[in-house]
Amino acid sequence: MTVDLYATGDDIRDEAAPSGPIEKRWDEHRAHMNLVNPANRRKLNVIVVGTGLAGGSAAATLGEAGYNVKAFCYQDSPRRAHSIAAQGGINAAKNYRNDGDSIYRLFYDTVKGGDFRSRESNVYRLAQVSVNIIDQCVAQGVPFAREYGGLLDNRSFGGVQVSRTFYARGQTGQQLLIGAYQALERQIAAGTVEMNTRHEMLELIMVPDADGTERARGIVVRDMVTGEIETHTADAVVLASGGYGNVFFLSTNAMGCNVTATWRAHKKGAYFANPCYTQIHPTCIPVSGDYQSKLTLMSESLRNDGRIWVPKKGGDTRHARDIPEDERDYYLERIYPSFGNLVPRDIASRAAKYQCDDGKGVGPGGLGVYLDFADAIERLGRPAVEAKYGNLFDMYARITGEDPYTEPMRIYPAVHYTMGGLWVDYNLQSNLTGLFVTGEANFSDHGANRLGASALMQGLADGYFVLPYTIADYLSHAPYEAIGDDHPRVVEARKQVEDRIEKFMSIQGTRTVDSYHKELGQIMWDYCGMERTEEGLTKAIGLIRKLKDDFWVNVKVTGEAEELNQTLERAGRVADFFELGELMCIDALNRAESCGGHFRGESQTEDGEALRHDDQFAYVAAWEFGDQQPILHKEPLEYEYVEMKARSYK
Amino acid sequence: MKITVRIWRQKNADAKGTMETYGLDDVSEHMSFLEMLDVLNEQLTVEGKDPVAFDSDCREGICGMCGVVINGIPHGPEVTTTCQLHMRTFNDGDVIDIEPWRAGAFPVVKDLVVDRGAFDRIIQAGGFISAPTGSAPEANNLPVPKDDADHAFEAATCIGCGACVAACPNGSAMLFTAAKITHLGLLPQGQPERDSRVLGMVEQMDYEGFGGCTNIGECAAACPKGIPLDVISRLNRDLMGALAKP
Amino acid sequence: MTRTPAQRSTVALKILMAVSGLIMVGYLLLHMYGNLKIFAGQEAFDEYAHHLRTFGEPMLPYEGLLWIVRVVLLGAILAHVYSAATLWKRNKRAAGYVGRKRYQSSRGAKGIQRSYASFTMRWGGVVVLLFVIYHLLHLTANVIHPGGASDSPYQRVVNGFEIWWVVLTYTIAMLAVGFHLWHGVWSALTTLGANHSATRNGSRLTPLAWVISGLITIGFLLPPWAILLGFVD
Ligand SMILES: Cc1cc2nc3c(=O)[nH]c(=O)nc-3n(C[C@H](O)[C@H](O)[C@H](O)COP(=O)(O)OP(=O)(O)OC[C@H]3O[C@@H](n4cnc5c(N)ncnc54)[C@H](O)[C@@H]3O)c2cc1C
Ligand code: HEM
Ligand code: HEM
Ligand code: SF4
Ligand code: F3S
Ligand code: FES
Repeated sequence: MTVDLYATGDDIRDEAAPSGPIEKRWDEHRAHMNLVNPANRRKLNVIVVGTGLAGGSAAATLGEAGYNVKAFCYQDSPRRAHSIAAQGGINAAKNYRNDGDSIYRLFYDTVKGGDFRSRESNVYRLAQVSVNIIDQCVAQGVPFAREYGGLLDNRSFGGVQVSRTFYARGQTGQQLLIGAYQALERQIAAGTVEMNTRHEMLELIMVPDADGTERARGIVVRDMVTGEIETHTADAVVLASGGYGNVFFLSTNAMGCNVTATWRAHKKGAYFANPCYTQIHPTCIPVSGDYQSKLTLMSESLRNDGRIWVPKKGGDTRHARDIPEDERDYYLERIYPSFGNLVPRDIASRAAKYQCDDGKGVGPGGLGVYLDFADAIERLGRPAVEAKYGNLFDMYARITGEDPYTEPMRIYPAVHYTMGGLWVDYNLQSNLTGLFVTGEANFSDHGANRLGASALMQGLADGYFVLPYTIADYLSHAPYEAIGDDHPRVVEARKQVEDRIEKFMSIQGTRTVDSYHKELGQIMWDYCGMERTEEGLTKAIGLIRKLKDDFWVNVKVTGEAEELNQTLERAGRVADFFELGELMCIDALNRAESCGGHFRGESQTEDGEALRHDDQFAYVAAWEFGDQQPILHKEPLEYEYVEMKARSYK
Repeated sequence: MKITVRIWRQKNADAKGTMETYGLDDVSEHMSFLEMLDVLNEQLTVEGKDPVAFDSDCREGICGMCGVVINGIPHGPEVTTTCQLHMRTFNDGDVIDIEPWRAGAFPVVKDLVVDRGAFDRIIQAGGFISAPTGSAPEANNLPVPKDDADHAFEAATCIGCGACVAACPNGSAMLFTAAKITHLGLLPQGQPERDSRVLGMVEQMDYEGFGGCTNIGECAAACPKGIPLDVISRLNRDLMGALAKP
Repeated sequence: MTRTPAQRSTVALKILMAVSGLIMVGYLLLHMYGNLKIFAGQEAFDEYAHHLRTFGEPMLPYEGLLWIVRVVLLGAILAHVYSAATLWKRNKRAAGYVGRKRYQSSRGAKGIQRSYASFTMRWGGVVVLLFVIYHLLHLTANVIHPGGASDSPYQRVVNGFEIWWVVLTYTIAMLAVGFHLWHGVWSALTTLGANHSATRNGSRLTPLAWVISGLITIGFLLPPWAILLGFVD
């Protein structure tokens, strides 16, 4: 029955992929790219949607290079992009610790961490430029943690053996983003970048050039203050609009994170790759009630000293401290004696889910497990624990009203990152000519699972050191003929947006947008979350379709279109989440293997571990939008340098 | 618990606003302040009324998007962001006044939403280090004394929320501006542009219509990130230094 | 609206205000010391007043030093009042009032940690200004002379302060000055970059401001009350 859910098209390959010895590929590739004469750059226009780490760094660098950049974000300032929330740190193969780290090792760890579902060439390039990122950020004044000698400090992160993670207390993302933001503001002052805040992209504009090639030439945006619909055109369009974790409603993403920018591009022909790859982070603060609007992550580092357990018998209502040792189950230490509480994110998350499914969960709704610091406090003393985790403990206390020093924390997994995204080639160009995609918005270099501290690295690598070269190569053939607001394609795109808004305003049903979003999120979480099965996914698709149909006849959007209207904004995003959610389920259904963040119940070893099927699924699933059904294009993955192995943490 | 809220409603920048009163019947003490407003908005929407517009994004106290004046105090009674304030701080039967930031340089856009663009323009006027991409030297070539690094970091934790301005009786942006001056001024990389930075940022701060600082100290007391008051003295020193040069 | 150069920025104005304010503080300290000579009796006090005028002769003309002081003081007052008035106007606009209120909620009216003095800087300053004028007419220019005129400054002071309402006006004025300096001294030093504390009340400058303002208030109030209560005649 799955057949009519989607069709299968021909395989694709990355035409821009380089060859030759891996350590030379990027340099060789760069050496053969065209450059743009500085004098001509002013005449070339680039649109950048999104000013997080990926978009902000790109816009600043392109502006600096002399291109004419227009940047967009939905917040009131570029400084607020959700990159700001990153706590842990950013990886770089500096080997300052002299602990045997190297570009190759970072490359290897990242490919293995991605469970062999990413491209070797891309990951190697990522590892190569990682070192330049740190230099660049320090030069901008990013206040990384330092040692007494005044040199940069490192910590080990995400279960790797080397210390290669650079950090700024619990606020690495904020400090990196402020660095990029300041570089961007500098260009805005210089007049090379025009910043449009509180502007949401709602449509992509494709226009055929003289010899008929369709090119991404512009976007349609809504001014979120006046409600005015604007069209902007350029020679190339960059999407850096972040991840789509909010399809689950509850996630560690910001309220405004959305798939709209990339989904609109998808509906205009851009392939959406591996949508089902979602990362679920094990240490988040559990849900406290149905009013909950988002989930808060607590740094992974807590697992270094905290012990995770649940009561041995289900439905144990005693207070944690009253449960004697021998009636507790430290399940991670029991099942994974060698890694214990430090097993990778996906494994820790799933283990917690199983405990709660068995009715052993603690706290409201039985959705939580204990993360206990009693032993650590006894061993190291409270001051030491405070020094190490003080800010995290405070955050927990503030949100839950409980004191983690005296009673164990309650934690539960939450959606955290989406590895999937728009398909791009080695040049970060999507299959749509002239449409580039960077950061979390592309399907990126993380394969099926992202290692900690590698998304910040990827966002900045793309924006500072990769896109500026590859887009120049593309722009060397520009400028393309100017297109006015009256161009049929521009008019058409604008009309699509206006009709859609018109539709939202006219339904005037009885149900609120949020109630739909919450219900969709619950469906996604239950059936396309930590464990997926054919049965569940098929059911989910049915449920989503029903809910979507009801949404389009029964949603209530208040206010007017020509004003600041947050209900209208959300309605547009949720409408796209419905379609994305369906595609995620279809992708998950097609991928009848377990890999990284994607765990198929049908594909596990007898002792319940993820079971990959490299023979059938060693490919990128790139989905083309189709009116009846999505069309699957497979990009086979070859591994020349890293041998495919099963992950084992026992 | 039962809560009554009095909220500033203003249709748009030009419209005249008033305080409107709404009642909420069952508010959980575990709700965040903004979740309480979410619940109110669901209620209003169902009743066919226009929900209250307010800004928020990360909802974990780091993006600086949220911020309203609660009972006359920016971000409310606890030293944290509005999104990290929880209803357990309040009691059953409380009446809570909710208003937008007030400052000449922060015009109200709608209800509780204000325009903080002036902050970005202050940064444009010098709140950066000119380090063109690719030009950076090896990061560890230039050690930074840990103390300086730590103080720079402390100042760099400003989230640009604007509470300092809303709290300052003079509507002054000194704490925000001085935090950036301090962050960059303490680092060796920030030295070359130190004078032009303070001159430019102070001029822009005035140009945007922020008030002058009379050292009241409300800003630092209201700052959710605990930006220390002495950054203001540092800005003043830097300005005197810059003006002293011919 | 054109961009005002940093030389004329709010911060620069504030520095001017701080310097002028501190000059006046310095003057007050000396002035207070002079006033306390009243307890040393008539000769001492008149001698001191005379000395002030003949100081530096023949290099300086009669009242030379005094005139220098007066010019400096006048400059300070003008600079101070000018900057005060300019900032006052500007800050009112910057605070974004709606009608006569800034925030409709009355509950934050006292602020989070503000000192009472910080509320009264402006009107308090005006009171001080009015006092100074009245005071000059009374004891310097010798225009008005409650309790009887005299060529002896000592007599003028004593005559004046034997009348209760004169003492009352001076007392009010002194409290105004005290309040003004309670916040003023802290503020001036901070404006000049001397604060190294994370909070207003944690600063070492705060107690210093207390001491100076207290000292000046009490020091100035001693003579009038001593006279009123008949310890000096
Ligand atoms: C809580 C949390 C902690 C994390 N911790 C780490 C960590 O420790 N280490 C690590 O490496 N990674 C971490 N990550 C992941 C990492 O932070 C993100 O993947 C990365 O920052 C994404 O950057 P980005 O620039 O691609 O997207 P974002 O920073 O999300 O920026 C998206 C931009 O696009 C704009 N935008 C979006 N949609 C539209 C639209 N329709 N129209 C116009 N503009 C739009 C937004 O305004 C914003 O400017 C964390 C993520 C979260 C949520
Ligand atoms: C003449 C009328 C006066 C007016 C209108 C006036 C007004 C003001 C105002 C508005 C301030 C700024 C408030 C602040 O900084 O917190 C101020 C500060 C100050 N005033 Fe006055 N004042 C006057 C007289 C005086 C006198 C006579 C003295 C000294 C005895 C004085 C000493 C100070 C000091 C030291 C400051 C602090 C300066 C600063 O904050 O940088 N003032 N005054
Ligand atoms: C009880 C308090 C005070 C007493 C008894 C007092 C007394 C006097 C006397 C006797 C003189 C005349 C001195 C002379 O001409 O030889 C004088 C001058 C003056 N006093 Fe006061 N004074 C008092 C408070 C103040 C205060 C608070 C201020 C300022 C805020 C002030 C400012 C001046 C000035 C500016 C002069 C003029 C000095 C000159 O002649 O140039 N006095 N005072
Ligand atoms: S200084 Fe504090 S209050 Fe002011 S903007 Fe920064 S964080 Fe907000
Ligand atoms: S409250 Fe205002 S007056 Fe200065 S010290 Fe803070 S800016
Ligand atoms: S919403 Fe981001 S700080 Fe409150």
